[in-house]
Amino acid sequence: MTALLTVLFGRLPIGWLQLKHNRTRFAAAIAGVAFANVLIFMQLGFLGALVESTRLPYHPMMADILISASDANTLSDGSNIPRQRLYQTLNVSGVADATAVYLGKFDWQQDNGSTVNFQVFGIDPDRKIFNLPGVETARGRLRLLDMALMDRKARNLDPSTLSTIDAGDIFSFEVNGRTLNTVGTFSIGGGFDADGYLIVSDQTFLRIFPNRTAGAPTHIFVTVAQGADPEIVVERLRQSIAADDVIVRTIEDAAKADEVYQTTEKPVGLIFGFGVIIGVMVGLIIVYQVLSTDVADHLAEYATLKAVGYKQSFFLSIVFEEALILAIFGFIPGVLISLGLYEFVASATGLPVSMTEWRPVAVLLGTILMCIASGAIATRRLAGANPADLF
Amino acid sequence: MKSIFLKRDTGPTTPASATRADEPPIVIEGLNHWFGSGEARKQVLYDLNLTIERGKLVILMGASGSGKTTLLTLAGCLRTVQEGSVHLLGHELNGADEDLLVTCRRQMGFIFQAHNLHESLTAMQNVRMGLDVHGAQVTTDWQAAASHLLTLLGLGDRLDYLPGNLSGGQKQRVAVARALVGNPYIVFADEPTAALDKESGYQVVHLLKQLGTERNTTTFMVTHDNRILEMADRIITMEEGRIVKDEIQDGWQGS
Repeated sequence: MTALLTVLFGRLPIGWLQLKHNRTRFAAAIAGVAFANVLIFMQLGFLGALVESTRLPYHPMMADILISASDANTLSDGSNIPRQRLYQTLNVSGVADATAVYLGKFDWQQDNGSTVNFQVFGIDPDRKIFNLPGVETARGRLRLLDMALMDRKARNLDPSTLSTIDAGDIFSFEVNGRTLNTVGTFSIGGGFDADGYLIVSDQTFLRIFPNRTAGAPTHIFVTVAQGADPEIVVERLRQSIAADDVIVRTIEDAAKADEVYQTTEKPVGLIFGFGVIIGVMVGLIIVYQVLSTDVADHLAEYATLKAVGYKQSFFLSIVFEEALILAIFGFIPGVLISLGLYEFVASATGLPVSMTEWRPVAVLLGTILMCIASGAIATRRLAGANPADLF
Repeated sequence: MKSIFLKRDTGPTTPASATRADEPPIVIEGLNHWFGSGEARKQVLYDLNLTIERGKLVILMGASGSGKTTLLTLAGCLRTVQEGSVHLLGHELNGADEDLLVTCRRQMGFIFQAHNLHESLTAMQNVRMGLDVHGAQVTTDWQAAASHLLTLLGLGDRLDYLPGNLSGGQKQRVAVARALVGNPYIVFADEPTAALDKESGYQVVHLLKQLGTERNTTTFMVTHDNRILEMADRIITMEEGRIVKDEIQDGWQGS
């Protein structure tokens, strides 16, 4: 390693030699950087899970355009919209089809005592709304009242429920005084708003939620005609409907706006974002402490080298070398521990916590920058001082 | 004997080229220096005037606090000159910028009271640090130069030892080798023999003396070590920031 670094740097790898000379401190420094990395990875993981879980229900939507209430920040928090908007939509050029979709939530207490919070989609069973295999095969059965399709990735779901449905039996449970019969499953997965999803027909939906009316759906899903540009159709819809009570967006724009709202305005998103900043700060402090202690311990030696004509850039290069080594050595255990923790958190919470392709690269580059910034601060004392003042 | 030292860089921008062979390497005029600020400001050097000849071993003596180390560090561009003139190898240090100071420092060798060796580098690697500062062109024979010098100082069997495994005297000799391996024009030494036994101390001073004879290297040394006084060409004594005695020793041949 020393020989390799000597060739790489074109000089003695003093930073590396200093670090490995004090193995206990080196190990502690690596542990510190790894800890900071784990902190950052976990916060990014949670933030990523928030984004991913927000987008999960949008992914399988087969529509091109979503018309929601103008006060809707997310898929589920808006007011209801007048059904009249649906008829207005169908009159717009470029619209191939439009359908009303109802959204509601309920808590289902299972036989084992645990509760599952379901987000319920009420759809027209004759229309293809979700590109989900389980939905397409069983959609026809939803035409019968009180039939439901259940999200098999729903959090806290009793495994016996799924095994009953998978065996071909109907799983029945009671909601708001009505008995729902689960006749199939699909996979979306829970998020921060709900544990999972349930799909029923619009007629069943209106029976589960008696305070809702057919004249006030939550969204209108719009499919554009073949060859039509959704962006242009969106503009036409805005001009044609011209009402303050709705907002017209492409599905992608709606998902993006939901994501932005969740991560920048909702407390949970702000907390995770702040957590990333805290992780970076902790990392900076740890690495700064390590490097500044190291510089202080070697001040007399550095002063001696300064006295014989070494420039400030040389000392910076030593500290940067140490910073780079710490960043890389700390990153490796950091990413491995984080992968293990991602698995654990994903299985414990059902959240889509997973490592993305670019996250390790971004964290490694961030760690290197963080270490280099700490190193630059740590060498300030050397910069302006007379060598004689440093002995 | 094959020279253990590197060829000196005599390029057009080096300080060496800025001074003639017969010109004194150190000329100090009207030098005053203070420590502290405000009411705590205290003058430690008073109107010093001094010329150090080339190739001589000059010893600076005096009680603790007399200002000799301050004078040494000012002359060696380790401290900023506040008032007066320090002319080093043809360059004025008062008001000198960092680049000039760095260039000047690269022509010097420094031996400090504390060895200040890198604990993580071997004796050979520590000596190499005295060479690497001169750039890649001088590093090709660094191993031969470093090992020869260390052997000459009685450390031939300790080349790959870390400082932690060397005695105080051995560490100091490694520091001496580090100062001399770059073949400096001037060696500034602050109590270089304090940690050495009589024989090792004599060895080091003899080497410095030999450098003066063979290479015209000037040595400016602060010491309390009476054992080496007889080897000096000139002994300057300071008291309370002033030069009170300046003695030329037997055998001196002024230029």
